[in-house]
Amino acid sequence: MELFTEGDPIADTRAPDGPVETRWERRRFEAKLVNPANRRKMTVIVVGTGLAGGSAAATLAEQGYRVKSYCYQDSPRRAHSIAAQGGINAAKNYRNDGDSVHRLFYDTVKGGDFRSRESNVHRLAEVSVNIIDQCVAQGVPFAREYGGLLDTRSFGGAQVQRTFYARGQTGQQLLLGAYQALERQIGLGNVEMNTRHEMLELIVVDGKARGIVVRDLVTGEITTEFADAVVLASGGYGNVFYLSTNAKGCNVTATWRAHRKGAYFANPCYTQIHPTCIPVSGDHQSKLTLMSESLRNDGRVWVPKAKGDDRNPRDIPEDERDYYLERIYPSFGNLVPRDIASRAAKNVCDEGRGVGPTKLGVYLDFADAINRLGRKAIEAKYGNLFEMYERITGEDPYEVPMRIYPAVHYTMGGLWVDYDLQSTIPGLFVIGEANFSDHGANRLGASALMQGLADGYFVLPNTIANYLAAGPFEEVDGGHPAAVEARRDVEDRLQRLLAINGDRTVDSFHRELGQIMWEHCGMERSEAGLRKAIDEIRALRDQFWQRVRVPGDGEGLNQSLEKAGRVADFFELAELMCIDALHREESCGGHFRAEHQTPEGEAQRDDDHFAYVAAWEFTATGEPSVLHKEDLNFEYVHPTQRSYK
Amino acid sequence: MNLTLRIWRQSGPEDKGRMVTYQVDDVSPDMSFLEMLDVLNERLILDGDEPIAFDHDCREGICGMCGLMINGDAHGPQRGTTACQLHMRQFSDGDTIDIEPWRARAFPVIKDLVVNRNAFDKIIAAGGYITAPTGSAPEAHSVPVAKANADAAFESAACIGCGACVAACPNGSGMLFTAAKVTQLSLMPQGQPERYTRVIGMVDAHDEAGFGGCTNAGECTVVCPKGIPLTSIGRLNRDYLAATSKRGDTPGT
Amino acid sequence: MAVTGILLVLFLIAHMLGNLKIFTGAMSFNHYAEWLREIGAPLLPSAGFLWIQRVGLLVAVLLHIGAATVLALRARAARPVRYAHRKKVRGSYAARTMRWGGVIILLFVIYHILDLTTGTLNPIGDPARPYANVVADFAPARWYVTLFYTLAVVALGFHLRHGVFSALRSLGQQTPRGEQRARAVALVFAVALCAGYLLVPFAVLTGLVS
Repeated sequence: MELFTEGDPIADTRAPDGPVETRWERRRFEAKLVNPANRRKMTVIVVGTGLAGGSAAATLAEQGYRVKSYCYQDSPRRAHSIAAQGGINAAKNYRNDGDSVHRLFYDTVKGGDFRSRESNVHRLAEVSVNIIDQCVAQGVPFAREYGGLLDTRSFGGAQVQRTFYARGQTGQQLLLGAYQALERQIGLGNVEMNTRHEMLELIVVDGKARGIVVRDLVTGEITTEFADAVVLASGGYGNVFYLSTNAKGCNVTATWRAHRKGAYFANPCYTQIHPTCIPVSGDHQSKLTLMSESLRNDGRVWVPKAKGDDRNPRDIPEDERDYYLERIYPSFGNLVPRDIASRAAKNVCDEGRGVGPTKLGVYLDFADAINRLGRKAIEAKYGNLFEMYERITGEDPYEVPMRIYPAVHYTMGGLWVDYDLQSTIPGLFVIGEANFSDHGANRLGASALMQGLADGYFVLPNTIANYLAAGPFEEVDGGHPAAVEARRDVEDRLQRLLAINGDRTVDSFHRELGQIMWEHCGMERSEAGLRKAIDEIRALRDQFWQRVRVPGDGEGLNQSLEKAGRVADFFELAELMCIDALHREESCGGHFRAEHQTPEGEAQRDDDHFAYVAAWEFTATGEPSVLHKEDLNFEYVHPTQRSYK
Repeated sequence: MNLTLRIWRQSGPEDKGRMVTYQVDDVSPDMSFLEMLDVLNERLILDGDEPIAFDHDCREGICGMCGLMINGDAHGPQRGTTACQLHMRQFSDGDTIDIEPWRARAFPVIKDLVVNRNAFDKIIAAGGYITAPTGSAPEAHSVPVAKANADAAFESAACIGCGACVAACPNGSGMLFTAAKVTQLSLMPQGQPERYTRVIGMVDAHDEAGFGGCTNAGECTVVCPKGIPLTSIGRLNRDYLAATSKRGDTPGT
Repeated sequence: MAVTGILLVLFLIAHMLGNLKIFTGAMSFNHYAEWLREIGAPLLPSAGFLWIQRVGLLVAVLLHIGAATVLALRARAARPVRYAHRKKVRGSYAARTMRWGGVIILLFVIYHILDLTTGTLNPIGDPARPYANVVADFAPARWYVTLFYTLAVVALGFHLRHGVFSALRSLGQQTPRGEQRARAVALVFAVALCAGYLLVPFAVLTGLVS
């Protein structure tokens, strides 16, 4: 059977043409508005309370809409945006170092390996400056200089210092800013907040997204909720790999359910693997912890030259070490971009030169930096990271080199949206990491926070009005056939999961799925591997539906049941990821196909055939998806081969 | 290593609850505390028992979702560490470990080790913000902030809202949580216009939620995984005194 | 709590200084006791000031106990289910013993009034001869009185160590350096007051004052 079929091309009809720097202004002018009196009559559902969802819910409520907000955590403040460490980019040019909106735009399109839309990325760069203003006004304690002005640093290999930060907890501080704005609206009665609620289905009425089916995770009650528009801000799907830097609860369910109801899923195979994570320590491992990328500024990455060298790293003499990044990429050295550093680590481990008990690790050594700058200086710069490393591994990185290994960190793919952030289902908007976003095939450091807040504070609240201007729409209630059916589907599915009563736990399946994905759809993909993975995923999915054991019932808090539903959706997504990776016969950004590399082993794009967004349409379970291509045109940033030699 | 765990089991809010003993063998010192519970849960599921419900999410010490009373210590024996970052090498073979939920009227138990901390959100909703509707912000550099103030504000802003302070407080008070936010915002120039209404709103919401009163016992700051200093409570008190003595006299307070 | 506590602390200082007058001899001490009754004369009747002070102290004590009771009840209500594994004290021991310490001090104060103010429980009990009353009170044979007195004063010391610190905090002490200073002040103050109060009974016990 064919893995997929190809349908009509798709186009983003909302983006105005004309000079790129005027497009956002034109769109805002041309979009219809909703008068304040009418806003009060309209309800918007927002799923997720991270940077995108929290800021969108707060902003929509400030504008006068009635907002219903949902999150699976016990408080909107806990969304996983909170874990972002590094910083947030903005084209403020406070350093007078040649930065500009255009340069941020240029860097982001190039960093995305020419697989993102110019219009969107330019808007992102424009809005970036407003985000910083907004967050400062909210009292976000950004790092400051002695003069009282904001400090910035360069991040992720950028040549300008445009990254604003709050120590290593930028995501936390930005999220708390959005959360506080949201809580203010909750206190004012403009937002109805539903914590510990999980969206399990989208309700589509007459072709429009009109509501969701949610399960109250505490009581188990399933309800249908309605609105004039639905916004998904439910984050990324990195947990399909089981082990990732995502929070344990991160899942694809909200977006996958919407996909099954008609929203196209774009570029699912674009995943970002972060090079500096703490390696797996054993089978019990439940998640991976990121160590800030900034460590590569002073640490040197190496492995022993000889295979299977088990000596204590301090006993391995200098000439028996391979500082492979410095060797292969003399000009960028240890600071090559994330995808390149990750793949290089994988290659040396595949050669059998990995270190640590699992042999899946490389050294990140600070001995030289400590000798050069002194222990004090290193402590001041990285003290908290070193402490965290020691807490987790029990090893003192001042004495023994750190061991690091790449881990899944971010997913660039997501639901397809047009310039208005509207999916292929009218009335369904998707923001933040949940959409296929502005990052193309690879996201630059400090850009995720920028995109989440840009979507939530500034883009969606403007573009959604164009849709709502036609509202309020006809009242729908739980008795509508579409709602009844959606609700019944949810209940049936939960009952089915509970009834299997097999002999394997949900986690054991999830772990196995993750291994398949990591092996064949991780840092390096090949046709044979992907085909194998698709077969294995299908077989494992069948096993799952026959052998999983979900204890308890659906009547109250049942964490196994929550996990089972999420893993069931990951199975379906995993297959689509592999199909997308298989069909994309090129290497670009985070997607590296073994068959498509330059003689030096670098990613080789094929712009003639693959300069498009792959938007997948769901047909039916077990039936091939339909591929719709959205051509990407580059008028301002001309595709070139990335080189870091 | 082999461990004996005594864990609070409570099937729901109506159940009285009890400590139940479990034996866990072959625990690796490299496991996190929550991974040790995962292993136990996997076994319980296969044995046909209900797994132990506990809250967790990021497992990297920042989301504030996890929270366990471990041998009477909020988040366990290691200072400055959340339960998810606590590793089993902190324990020894043969140890008996008591695991209980946060106990406070304002944090009712939902199931086993899971409690409801919505009271914290209510405190924030009652004033823990700066009113700055989207789009209204002035240029970020228009108001400089002294580095010392920004740094001190950050120290308080680092609170993860886990509730360990309440769990450890002999009075069941949530004053450290409340004070952390009051301190952060009152140190920033942007926070001045609402400084006094904020502190009154938040303290009132705190008291209404059923938290106990602060007696400066200091247990909170000892267990706080982010080391929020006790001095923040002094700052709250000062603002509160100023606010209550000014209330009604001066416009804007 | 803080305000009434501070009033009581001021009284404690004055009371301790008065006590130390015992080292200046019987005449002087009795004279001091007499003077206390005469303050404010002739505007106030005899012992008028003393009664004002007594009423003031009583109000302060009642408010102090009232506030403490409210806090204790709130604390109890705030944790309806106790921990199975009792917590070790990780903050301050003094802070954790405020309530029981307060009860001990209250019981002591009642005894102390019956003993040395009304004289009901004093072997001599003559209001005109305070010096003799004190000496008789702490006679070596009545070691148990001295012991109780000592215990109460130590409890008071703990109470003050946390109380003074806490009062400063409640009134808005807010910097890390200030916190160190407040803790130091509280400790020095508590030790000094303890010492001041214990000097008298031990002086009697050892015969230094007779």
